Amino acid sequence: MAKLTFKTDNCKGCGLCVDACPKKLLRLAQDKINKKGHHPAEITDQEQCVGCASCAMMCPDCIIKVER
Amino acid sequence: MVVFDKPHALIDVPLHYCPGCTHGIIHRLVAEVIDELGIEGKTIGIAPVGCSVMAYNYFNCDMIEAAHGRAPAVATGVKRADPENHIVFTYQGDGDLASIGMAETVHAAARNENITVIFINNAIYGMTGGQMAPTSLPGQVTQTSPYGRDTKHCGFPIKVCEMLSELEGPEYLERVTVNSVKNIRTAKKAIKKAFQNQIDGKGFSLVEVISSCPTNWGMTPQAALKWIDDKMIPYYPLGVYKDRSAEKEAE
Repeated sequence: MAKLTFKTDNCKGCGLCVDACPKKLLRLAQDKINKKGHHPAEITDQEQCVGCASCAMMCPDCIIKVER
Repeated sequence: MVVFDKPHALIDVPLHYCPGCTHGIIHRLVAEVIDELGIEGKTIGIAPVGCSVMAYNYFNCDMIEAAHGRAPAVATGVKRADPENHIVFTYQGDGDLASIGMAETVHAAARNENITVIFINNAIYGMTGGQMAPTSLPGQVTQTSPYGRDTKHCGFPIKVCEMLSELEGPEYLERVTVNSVKNIRTAKKAIKKAFQNQIDGKGFSLVEVISSCPTNWGMTPQAALKWIDDKMIPYYPLGVYKDRSAEKEAE
């Protein structure tokens, strides 16, 4: 099973990772606000993630660590 | 097993770029290439003036801040001072490389100076607030062309790769973009080749990366990536514009 770790406080909420995920597992957490004042990205269903790292490739701020 | 993490050559600090700006992706690709080639200890980067003016805060290698547009000239000096032990790259935007620094760029290419140039083309002046750049598209609305770029009055955009490919000097010229995972992979290959060419002593390598500027284009990050596909790439076609080694091999 793949595991994603987010450096939530560096997220700028651009949402490029959300569009990049082929399984549509990511979203911007509308109920959370990080230090910068953005809604950070989070994964909805960790079990479904295959660890393709498309989200991490698209992230301009390099906040996603992918383990498999 | 870690499949993906921040590369070592990129310092672990938050980037100052706007949300969705692809500068961060290109920084990461350069850092990944530096890691993969194992040249972090001997790489010297030349930062430009523009949005990426503070690139020296982000790369783990030694960095020099050049005067506006003069990065290829500074890189020439650094490379010639110690050609064996240093890998020199410049990281420049379109206002820096294609406007005020045009002379330095063209002459460094004509001399086939053994340096690597990463050229970020986002068709606008980002840092100063979205004025028309030499690479702005015909009809593009910017702060200084509110009715769209009028080519009768402002002339036509400069296609840097096409222009430099007419020179005999440069070794390698390629245009790539970073608006999708597939294109990011292609861009990384191009950047790696540009660094490898320098290590092999082949000469001037320039990679033009079509980038987005959601803030000054007045779009969401998603719409900006789509605008690259719809408007930028038809005007600035992707591909290899010059690869002298490959041409020699073909002969």
